[in-house]
Amino acid sequence: MSAARIELTDQQGGRLVRLSGRWTLATTSLRVAELAADLERSAQGDTAWDCTALETIDSAGAMLLWRAWGRAFPQVLLIRPEHRRVFERIDTADHEPRLKPPPLSPLHGVMVVGSASIGGIRHLLDFIALVGQFGLNLAHVLRLPADLPQREISANLYKSGVRAMPVTALVGFLIGVVLSYLSALQLKQFGADIFIVNIIGLGLVRELGPVLVAVLVAGRSGSAMTAQLGVMRVTEEIDALSTMGVQQGLRLIFPKVVALTIAMPLLVLWATSIALVGGMVSAQMQLDISYGFFFQTLPRVVPAANLWIGLAKGAVFGMFVALVACHFGLRVRPNTESLSSNTTAAVVTAITVVIILDAIFAIATRGIGLPG
Amino acid sequence: MNTPVIRIKDLATRFGEVWIHNGLNLEVARGELVSLVGGSGSGKTTLLRQVIGLLLPNRGSIELFGEPLFGGGVARERALRQRFGVLFQHGALFSAFNVFDNIAFPLRELKRYDEDAIHDLVMLKLSMVELLPRHGRLMPAELSGGMVKRVALARALALEPELLLLDEPTAGLDPDRSDSFVRLIRMLSEELGLTVMLVTHDLDTLAALSTRVAVLAEQHILAYGSTDEILHIDHPFIRNFFLSERSVRALQNSGHVPV
Repeated sequence: MSAARIELTDQQGGRLVRLSGRWTLATTSLRVAELAADLERSAQGDTAWDCTALETIDSAGAMLLWRAWGRAFPQVLLIRPEHRRVFERIDTADHEPRLKPPPLSPLHGVMVVGSASIGGIRHLLDFIALVGQFGLNLAHVLRLPADLPQREISANLYKSGVRAMPVTALVGFLIGVVLSYLSALQLKQFGADIFIVNIIGLGLVRELGPVLVAVLVAGRSGSAMTAQLGVMRVTEEIDALSTMGVQQGLRLIFPKVVALTIAMPLLVLWATSIALVGGMVSAQMQLDISYGFFFQTLPRVVPAANLWIGLAKGAVFGMFVALVACHFGLRVRPNTESLSSNTTAAVVTAITVVIILDAIFAIATRGIGLPG
Repeated sequence: MNTPVIRIKDLATRFGEVWIHNGLNLEVARGELVSLVGGSGSGKTTLLRQVIGLLLPNRGSIELFGEPLFGGGVARERALRQRFGVLFQHGALFSAFNVFDNIAFPLRELKRYDEDAIHDLVMLKLSMVELLPRHGRLMPAELSGGMVKRVALARALALEPELLLLDEPTAGLDPDRSDSFVRLIRMLSEELGLTVMLVTHDLDTLAALSTRVAVLAEQHILAYGSTDEILHIDHPFIRNFFLSERSVRALQNSGHVPV
């Protein structure tokens, strides 16, 4: 393969530039800047161009020459007809109207703020509509129990409930151990060893258990739900379902929300129990508090109301995690960027919503289940 | 310059227990437009994916431009891959980029051209596939099926390939659009001196485009020759494929006379 070559000869009455070799992307791309500069220099003044010795030229090579010629055929040009065609194609392309970016409006800043607010309001309205749709579906199912999408609910229960048991157990156990260990260090200083049961019991059952599981489930099942609905939208599966007369609300969203509302309290119960075991083990090792004493004291210092609050939190968190995930899943537009940003938004929003709900719960239940 | 552009030797592919290809040989010379035809599930697309290095055959070798697809370091593999362009069946445009960025992507990856030069080259490619500069701002999701194919073709041509591989170039296009797309491919391949290998089901496309036809059946290339030569071969698959009523009409329209 011969490289692209430029030969300059000064003649009477002007300059002659002879081009030869292969002017292709493969041969020119390695020294674009160098060639462009050489051509620029050659093109100054009255120059005649002899391209008859060119072996091949493709549009990348031709573009180099074309730019040096100032986007027009030079006055004197010797070229083979098949190579001339390449330049003619560029010439035609040049005559297309140029692509101009739309002018920036003077009210650009206002428009940004405005469209962001409208976007936010639309999010809220869509979410309210989704919750309303869920309510309607629930009423429909209560009236016509035969329409209950049992298989979908059961599949979702398995996917987001049963399959989440190992990870929630592991995290719960470790949190129980850590919490108990750190509390024990402090309590020892005051000789208040037996209060470890109160701290761990109340903290885990009422607060940490539900929030911890909700965060795990939001990351695990919430993202999966968003991605699933999103891909179904991209591949037009949701459209296919609705043309078959299948209500997307009832078949796709209702089972997810119902399943997570049922699965979450159970997962909370499971994870909290394991966390208590972790705390108990740690307490026994650190403070010599026997398992028997722990078991006896726990129901006395942690009234049963706390367990109910914890489970109720679990159910509400589960419902909102699923609703938020579905909300973002249905907003996915058919491109990869939208899928990833909506999945991220779903998880972040779900966790934020869980924390906000937890704060609301804390205020609403401040008089319930707390000794003293 | 007599090395074939594509040389497939004694290729064998197995999916589970099923042999898709066995002892498959094929050579495509420079400047040919080869149509690969065969029944559904005969492994046409699999063969195409092996040629472009997306799938590894169980046995046998594939050489492009006389060089093996794999080995010899990243730089060599990359340089080889820049010598061919692929048009995927559904376009495979990057959905997060607009049309302009899709076509500019391979050029930007070279890291040799400044944005001005890339702009010029992309505009040229757009006009080559008969699209307008304003189409550059559209997102792939906003394009019609025919436009997706054109943009994908422009992207495949971005690095000035010598070989173009097309997977079902006219699938999903209406007859009118598929005619104009076929015309476009033929025009470009003549002007740019491309070697083309296409997988197709569509006899109109086949008859209008190809200089040679390769029939893939019974795990190997059953016949390889010009359309007229293939029509004279007496084999049940070829009879079924080319001499059904529909096929005869398509072939007659394009001036081939079946026996």
